[in-house]
Amino acid sequence: MGMTITEKILARAANREKVRPGEIVYVNVDVAMTQDILGALAFPAFRELGIPIWDKDKIVMIIDHCAPPSTLLQAGYVVENIRFAEDYGIKHFYKMQGVCHQILPEEGFVKPGAVIVGTDSHTTTYGALGAFSTGIGSTEMVWVFAKGNLWLRVPETIRVEIEGNLQPMVMAKDVMLKILSLIGTNGANYKALEFGGQVTRDMSMDGRLTLCNMAVEAGAKNGVIEVDEITRSYLKGRVQGEMEPLKSDPDANYSRLLQVNINDLSPQVACPHSPANVVPIGEVIGQKVDQVLIGTCTGGRLEDFRMAARLIQGKRISRKVRCLIIPASARIYLEMLEEGLLKTFAEAGCVISNPQCGPCAGVQHGLLGDGEVCVSASNRNFMGRMGSTKAKVYLASPATAAAAAIAGMLTDPRDLEGGK
Amino acid sequence: MDLLLRNHVLSKFGDDISTDNIIQENKYGASFKPEDLARICMRDIDPEFPQRMAPGGFIVAGKNFGCGSSREGAPISLKATGVRAIVAEEFARIFYRNALNICLPVIECPGAVAGIDLGDELEIDLASGTIRNNTKGSVLQGIPIPGFLLEMMRAGGLIAFLKQQL
Repeated sequence: MGMTITEKILARAANREKVRPGEIVYVNVDVAMTQDILGALAFPAFRELGIPIWDKDKIVMIIDHCAPPSTLLQAGYVVENIRFAEDYGIKHFYKMQGVCHQILPEEGFVKPGAVIVGTDSHTTTYGALGAFSTGIGSTEMVWVFAKGNLWLRVPETIRVEIEGNLQPMVMAKDVMLKILSLIGTNGANYKALEFGGQVTRDMSMDGRLTLCNMAVEAGAKNGVIEVDEITRSYLKGRVQGEMEPLKSDPDANYSRLLQVNINDLSPQVACPHSPANVVPIGEVIGQKVDQVLIGTCTGGRLEDFRMAARLIQGKRISRKVRCLIIPASARIYLEMLEEGLLKTFAEAGCVISNPQCGPCAGVQHGLLGDGEVCVSASNRNFMGRMGSTKAKVYLASPATAAAAAIAGMLTDPRDLEGGK
Repeated sequence: MDLLLRNHVLSKFGDDISTDNIIQENKYGASFKPEDLARICMRDIDPEFPQRMAPGGFIVAGKNFGCGSSREGAPISLKATGVRAIVAEEFARIFYRNALNICLPVIECPGAVAGIDLGDELEIDLASGTIRNNTKGSVLQGIPIPGFLLEMMRAGGLIAFLKQQL
């Protein structure tokens, strides 16, 4: 019996020939990431131990949720992060240069086959590059800082074969929302979600990062995609050394095989208040919108903004809407500047922000009031997450979000000029 | 810590209770101090929750309890309100680890929602996973907490367990 990608990575990290789903193993951690808020909860507890970090060069600290801080509490977290990085000599420290889940792949911290843990549930993102990556809590990160390892239950793997041809204006986000509607918010609980099929193979790295980012919305421990030419081309200049081909064995064991044909897939929308409460755009056209968010670790990459700009180019956004444009990293911000995308969004009347998490997790910078409706390219629409419990969040692709900004209501991006 | 718990069920929830439902410390401007987190625990979905849990007791919930963010304020706040254990049909994985790491007992138990009502008195054996419903005179079999995690909890949680090894 062969092994899946996830089993292979965990076996290597546990110094084992083979591992089987259900086994508990201690794995060595290659990279440990903290974001500012949940890092700030871990740092004082680690200081109290009075020991050195197991390997400070394997730690990447990010300030992205409070970037920059809007309250005294947030300012306190930022100070806690800066002091910790100084006192422990953390050299990989990114202060307000973007969202952790964009910085790590972009700056070359994600290598195929690596084990990466982070104090953020969307750490699943890095599976797009053939790594095993998962979210942990702050206390658990204290253990990792001390020991450099972590116990994990080897997950069963669900293989998702995505076949067909994507229609124009239909994006990786739409594919992932469709998958969530099929397996539900707990359908992959404790499991690995491995994406394959022709659509995955043809998908850009930006799209693959979106798929793996939202694996956790199905409860998955990790999302993962095999290493291929697209992976190698993304890693060129970012990561040194030879890339081993990393894919599941033909006789690997899957707990479930899910076939998804996306030939006729239209833009998808997750209605309030669950990422799995998904309908085709046709069922919600006309829903009025107050705020549009294009950004975050799910929908704030260059491809996302190029797609949005195609629809917004030369137009003004609806007077009824505020449209937040929040690049996921400083590099993306610069690329948008060079390509003229920032000009397109500024001329259209959008609110353009520095790279950060924005209002996605209800921390700051665009919270919703009572009765307001937001169309968001982000990953979660739980009640009250982005502000008022009386607000509603519809999750959609950057294209559908841009279309809503122009129309002032949910609309099919394919019906707009530029969307054909 | 005690592995045999006896108390009453003071709150009951359905499926998919997210960590956003449980705690949003930033939105409400609360610090990480347990008593500050306790005051806003479940505010968005059950404002009376902290008051109801204050005497100390159990909560029962459906599937996927604690889904979403990895924020540890969720189990910290629940423990600080007086939650002595959570019995749920299923937990989201990060929440499950976070809770045990700070010695908040969580037991997965299929059939918990149908077999346990508000006010029921339960006796939970964390080692065997057995849940005795004294009010109904019934016994439910939950999934035992793995031995190595019980050992960690007996030490006083993950940080205390780590200190023993330094």
